[in-house]
Amino acid sequence: MELTALSPRRMLLRVADGIDGPLLAIGLCLAALGIATLFSASYENPGRVTAQVANLCVALLAMWLVAQIPPQTLMRVAVPAYFLGVALLIAVALAGDVVNGARRWLHVGVTRFQPSEMMKLALPMMLAWYFHKNEATLRLRDFLVAAVLLAVPVLLIARQPDLGTAVLVAAVGFYVIFFAGIGWKVLVGLGLLGAASLFPLWGMLHDYQRRRILTLFDPSQDPLGAGYHTIQSTIAVGSGGLTGKGWLHGTQTHLEFIPERHTDFIFAVFSEEFGLIGNVALLTLYTLLIARGLMIAANAATFFARLLAAAVTLMFFTYAFVNMGMVSGVLPVVGVPLPFISYGGTALLTLFIGIGILMSVHNHRRLVQT
Amino acid sequence: MRFTEFKNHEREMYLFQLRVGFAGVAVLIAFALLFARFFQLQVVQHEAYASKAEDNRISIVPIAPNRGLILDRNGVVLARNYSAYTLEIFPAKVKDVERTIQELSEVIDVQPKDRSRFRKLHAETRNAESLPIRTRLSDEEVARFAANRYRFPGVEIKARLFRQYPYGALASHVIGYIGRISTKDQERLTELDVEANYRGTDFIGKAGLEASYEQELHGTTGMEQVEIDAAGRGIRTLARTPAQAGNNVTLTLDIKLQEVAEAAFGERRGALVAIEPSTGGILAFVSMPGFDPNLFVDGIDPQSWSELNNSPDRPLNNRAIAGVYPPGSTFKPYMALAALELGKRTPKSAINDPGYFEFGGRRFRDSKAGGHGHVDLFKSIVVSSDTFYYQLANDMGIDAIAGFMAKFGFGSKSGIDLEGESTGVLPSPEWKQKRFRRPEQQKWYAGETISIGIGQGYNAYTPIQIGVALATLAANGDMYRPRLVSHIDNLRTGERRHIEPVLQQRLPLKPENVEFVKRAMAGVNKQGTGARAFGNAEYTNGGKTGTAQVVGMKQGEKYDEKKVAERHRDHSLFIVFAPLESPKIALMAIVENGGFGARAAAPIARTVLDYYLLGKLPVTEAPAGVAVKPGAAAADEEESD
Repeated sequence: MELTALSPRRMLLRVADGIDGPLLAIGLCLAALGIATLFSASYENPGRVTAQVANLCVALLAMWLVAQIPPQTLMRVAVPAYFLGVALLIAVALAGDVVNGARRWLHVGVTRFQPSEMMKLALPMMLAWYFHKNEATLRLRDFLVAAVLLAVPVLLIARQPDLGTAVLVAAVGFYVIFFAGIGWKVLVGLGLLGAASLFPLWGMLHDYQRRRILTLFDPSQDPLGAGYHTIQSTIAVGSGGLTGKGWLHGTQTHLEFIPERHTDFIFAVFSEEFGLIGNVALLTLYTLLIARGLMIAANAATFFARLLAAAVTLMFFTYAFVNMGMVSGVLPVVGVPLPFISYGGTALLTLFIGIGILMSVHNHRRLVQT
Repeated sequence: MRFTEFKNHEREMYLFQLRVGFAGVAVLIAFALLFARFFQLQVVQHEAYASKAEDNRISIVPIAPNRGLILDRNGVVLARNYSAYTLEIFPAKVKDVERTIQELSEVIDVQPKDRSRFRKLHAETRNAESLPIRTRLSDEEVARFAANRYRFPGVEIKARLFRQYPYGALASHVIGYIGRISTKDQERLTELDVEANYRGTDFIGKAGLEASYEQELHGTTGMEQVEIDAAGRGIRTLARTPAQAGNNVTLTLDIKLQEVAEAAFGERRGALVAIEPSTGGILAFVSMPGFDPNLFVDGIDPQSWSELNNSPDRPLNNRAIAGVYPPGSTFKPYMALAALELGKRTPKSAINDPGYFEFGGRRFRDSKAGGHGHVDLFKSIVVSSDTFYYQLANDMGIDAIAGFMAKFGFGSKSGIDLEGESTGVLPSPEWKQKRFRRPEQQKWYAGETISIGIGQGYNAYTPIQIGVALATLAANGDMYRPRLVSHIDNLRTGERRHIEPVLQQRLPLKPENVEFVKRAMAGVNKQGTGARAFGNAEYTNGGKTGTAQVVGMKQGEKYDEKKVAERHRDHSLFIVFAPLESPKIALMAIVENGGFGARAAAPIARTVLDYYLLGKLPVTEAPAGVAVKPGAAAADEEESD
């Protein structure tokens, strides 16, 4: 009844309640660029564009819903979400579907779903919850516990194998630990230890795994196999030049030299058609997104909200950095999509939920803890 | 207290914001580095990459390697390649596939069979760029299409290599066949991390040696850098790494011997395995009926497929490794050996055979009414006394039997170099426990042990297991892993890799016991149940007949009445090795529903041995027992096996 009394203008305000304008604008700009690029990349399959628009609508709805939830509620679901995620990952290891040689998918009724995807948000929530609970008395022991909470899902995902997601989940978990205030000395020590452990690790690898790693440094070693992606995407980026070849006019794209051009390698398409100017625009959008996110984190009301917001923001950064790095041939090829641009409903959903979390934190920044 | 907490909070906030600031700077540096990379690629090296993109235009085209040949032990080619023209449609470049096919059929003969095959391929194949609508075009057809080419964008003539099996159905279960790479195959290739090597390859081994030696036969894919125009058409070749042909695989199998063996089967169903006992090399490997593997090469049309798949004779079933049969009386020599080894019987042990063995108020009947009278261990094998072995099995107990038979490989995969081997069933209380769910079924009853002694009951083994067990006995306990391949040749390097015999185990059997059983088996073929087939053989040999009861039929199979009766008849088995001293061949043969072992399987074994040891070809006449009327089986009833 009250609803009928609302004027259209007030209804709009009601819907816009809790939506952060700058975040939404940046997200929509990126998604629009993504759909334009996808249109060019999937000229042979226009159905993908329609599908991605539908994905976007679902993702925006999810973002709106999450933005309405106060961080305290998120904190309450953190623990169950984490353990559910770990349980599902174990279920995948035991009974998952194998697609392209990796066991990542779990059947749920009629649909399949990747539990590793939910870990991207469940893990930082869990770690932020843990640090929040022990806020007053944080010591090294707590960071060790956090490291274990981080390692379990990451190892489960890495052995699927899904290196890209494992890297992302590990990174986002690490960010929480970093923002929680782990000592610099410990950090540097761990870094050195990690570097030292690479040598025995190399000895444990299979021949083909070593070959893959070597190919990262010299793609020409395997021009038909793993190196092919990098060689072709680098050419695409380089040939784009300052201004690009123009939308729909990328020869690398349209002569089918770029593999996976609508998913992980869509940046090659973008870069070829829009050139350095386009890349700078894209970097700027990401920078704005991250700046806004970090600002929200810095002003957040609770420890939990701060940690979660900062970690999610840096997750966006990791997505973008790793993807653009691999497409331009400076980082290894791991399966990481370009955030908000690559085709795929699940990734888009996770990303916009991430934005929703930032909005929620922002909305409740003035809530005084009792 | 509250004050310090507040201070802590302040300090914490400060620390956090410091770290956020640090992160912000790190992000900016990282993006600056990316920008530097973009600048390097897109401005500094732009010229170079632009021309590379222009050259791209240089496309890397994989060159599929020639598949290795399969040869028999004497170098006779069993699987080879030939080049032929095919007419292929690029589904992605054609608007209306059905209409294109319709128009094509005005220029070139397109049978309904071709269409249905094309549709099947279209539905099943992984994102293939082109699919054949017609294979093996004649020169005239090629010319006719060339003249009409302008009408058919997205349709091309291609020269392709095809697999051919010159012997057709002969040894089809050994050689197997290749087929188009399916989605499932593709997943396996990805798992093995060899997908790069399969770029440009359309076919993969699907069955038989073509599948199990896929890695050897396939070869290494080469590549060609081709300059293409803006539309993607090739202009000229710039560089070329030739493909390396797959390795040639040479078998231990003798195709002539195989031919003799398959001919001896005629129209009958069954299996035969002949092994060289001193190496495990397989000399002949028969599963009847077979199929023509050439049907699969172009992609089998649905009608031929359903004929093969639905035939009651099940020609696609590799009976020699996947069929399981009770061994019947061919089990008895091993039972006798077990009795001697375990001290349950001596060569002198004898019974009086009244024609039955009574246990728990139930009579287990001998196949010879009235029994064989005085029977010692030697005679028990020669005349195949059931009563003797009922009693022996009862005395030994199921655990002792199962323990001994396991050593001969009964009930475990032989490890032959083919895929799809069955395990069979070596009955034991443990097996029963696992096999059944209801507690009353899980229990082993002493009465069940009794028919195990004559190779019936739950006993179920593959022909290859029965063959390997015999070869092991013939080699005095040396068990070699059975294998079909003798060596593999790399044509490029000229290197030859021998597949060395693998001695799996050396059974610690007492020589005098083995000797005794072998002599008794020689007796079988001189004056016993095998004498009719082998009495006049020109070489020394030892054998054993066997008859396996057919335990009912599967539900849902429909045959006419005569056929049902035929398919309910016993399976006929025969095992034989020769010569007696240092055997060169150990052979098992089974004829499904062939009746008594002596009648159907033994003559086949004789024919094969005569050819292998003497080079004698069989006199061409209808093989014995090929058309036995149901009445004739009854006439043989008193014949014991």
